[in-house]
Amino acid sequence: MNVPMILKGVGLLAVLIFPALGFSDYVLHIAISILIWGFIYTGWSIMGRFGLVSLGHGAFMGIGAYVVTMLWNHAGITPWIGIPVAVVVSGAVAIFIGFPCFRFRITGHYFALVTLALSEVVRLLIVALRDTTGGSLGVTPRSELTPEVAVSFYAMQFADKTVWFYLIVVIWLGGLLIWRAVDRSMLRYAMEAISQEDDAAASLGVHVTRAKLTVTVISAAMTAVGGAVYGQYQLYINPETTSGIAISLQIVFAVIAGGMFVQLGPTMGAVITLLLTETLRQTVGHDVYGLDVMVYGAMLVLFIIYMPRGVLGWITEVWSRRQEPRPTGTVKPQPGE
Amino acid sequence: MLELRDVATGYGSFQALFGVSLEVKAGEAVAVIGPNGAGKTSLLRVISKVIELKGGHISMEGVSLDDVPAHQVIELGIAHVPEHRRLFPRLTVEENLKMGAYMQAARERYRERLDFVYELFPRLKERRHQLAGTMSGGEQQMCALGRGLMSGPKLLLLDEPSAGLAPVIVQQVFDLVRRIRQEGYTVLIVEQNIQQVLKVVDRAYLLEVGRIKMSGAAQELLENDEVRRAYIGL
Repeated sequence: MNVPMILKGVGLLAVLIFPALGFSDYVLHIAISILIWGFIYTGWSIMGRFGLVSLGHGAFMGIGAYVVTMLWNHAGITPWIGIPVAVVVSGAVAIFIGFPCFRFRITGHYFALVTLALSEVVRLLIVALRDTTGGSLGVTPRSELTPEVAVSFYAMQFADKTVWFYLIVVIWLGGLLIWRAVDRSMLRYAMEAISQEDDAAASLGVHVTRAKLTVTVISAAMTAVGGAVYGQYQLYINPETTSGIAISLQIVFAVIAGGMFVQLGPTMGAVITLLLTETLRQTVGHDVYGLDVMVYGAMLVLFIIYMPRGVLGWITEVWSRRQEPRPTGTVKPQPGE
Repeated sequence: MLELRDVATGYGSFQALFGVSLEVKAGEAVAVIGPNGAGKTSLLRVISKVIELKGGHISMEGVSLDDVPAHQVIELGIAHVPEHRRLFPRLTVEENLKMGAYMQAARERYRERLDFVYELFPRLKERRHQLAGTMSGGEQQMCALGRGLMSGPKLLLLDEPSAGLAPVIVQQVFDLVRRIRQEGYTVLIVEQNIQQVLKVVDRAYLLEVGRIKMSGAAQELLENDEVRRAYIGL
């Protein structure tokens, strides 16, 4: 057992007994939010780490939240079926947008702009279909909860935050496992190769378009699940809070801040953004409109300049540098030749 | 082994090759020489299908390449070592080699081929955990050749292996090419360094503004007055 393994074990244990420590509902709420967002950010980083920067993951969050809520409110279909449906829809949208982009080599800034447009299209669609979706006022999943019924498994509604906490821990751990599976797969090498030299990767037998589509679909599907769970937990969604540009940008900022190249980096990003938002909300309040966004912006610049691998990336880098002379990738080139 | 008939290609409205025909027989080393902008790189890129074939036909051991997408060309036994090496700079040497054995059939023989490449280029073994982008030009070329060999190809396409390297290293790179020849690989090499490359290959084609202008045995071209005047400066 090495130190990071022990740290992970202790961390997981701490997470699992967290609700039993007698914190207030507010603290539990923050913890649940961190895990939901941590899951969504992990989903984003699955494509983001390979240079597929999406500024439009709000689109997939919106699809997740609205597909599930609409199916429930209008057709009485349980979220347990609604979520798989949302996954399929978001995957289809990801292919619909991704395929032409990847086929015609729209990359970098141009790809980011396409995704930005996608999130706006989804947001505007939700607003425009107001008769069904509730428009910009948002919508509430029809509640099954009454003073007598505190837990409705069928409706995925729980009055007790502890139930939510454990459900979301499971989802979040699932996200971490997906991240690790991708990290250890040949797909990861293929994607790194593509992001560094795409023609060379193709010549070596990598189906460039398919590899990119695979990570994009995984990422979109995870984000849709996150959006759906977010809606179920909050019991209120509106187009701004699921698909607004602010949400899409917050996802990018959080992952950069936390570190997109390490498994727990995106979760770290969720800790940073949520604590930041909550601190600002409690100290400054809502008087200075847009303050949090300004702070995000300033911090984003600082992170990109001074800590491009994020907080956790930086910590692991310092750690592995201290772990003496194991030859790593950062060996200096020898002089001569 | 490899046959091109009336091949045309280009980028958008710009045409790079006009009806190029050439042939590489099994076991041969063939060079395509010519000045900058003659279309040499485009020739290799169209064989790899990285750019679109706009006319003519390409076949490898009798199998048509005309409709084969880029990522399947390697399955026919063609490995492309691109211009400027195109290593994956932020992957280690060994990871670059691993990518060379990406296709399914090659993954099964990964260890065996890795040993072979390390034996051929011991320097790569020393540097196997180093990021490819941090190595010297000559070492990078070695790594690119090794990566090309990892798929167990029958034909190697080498695009200007000497480009951008110091004269001493250029000599070493041609020694590497010689060694690869001795291992029995068929090689199609594109070069501007005409004098050097003609000493390594059997035959050569002279390419000028997208057309084959001359072809013959390497020695013949080396002694040809026109080639000497225009390209070797003698």
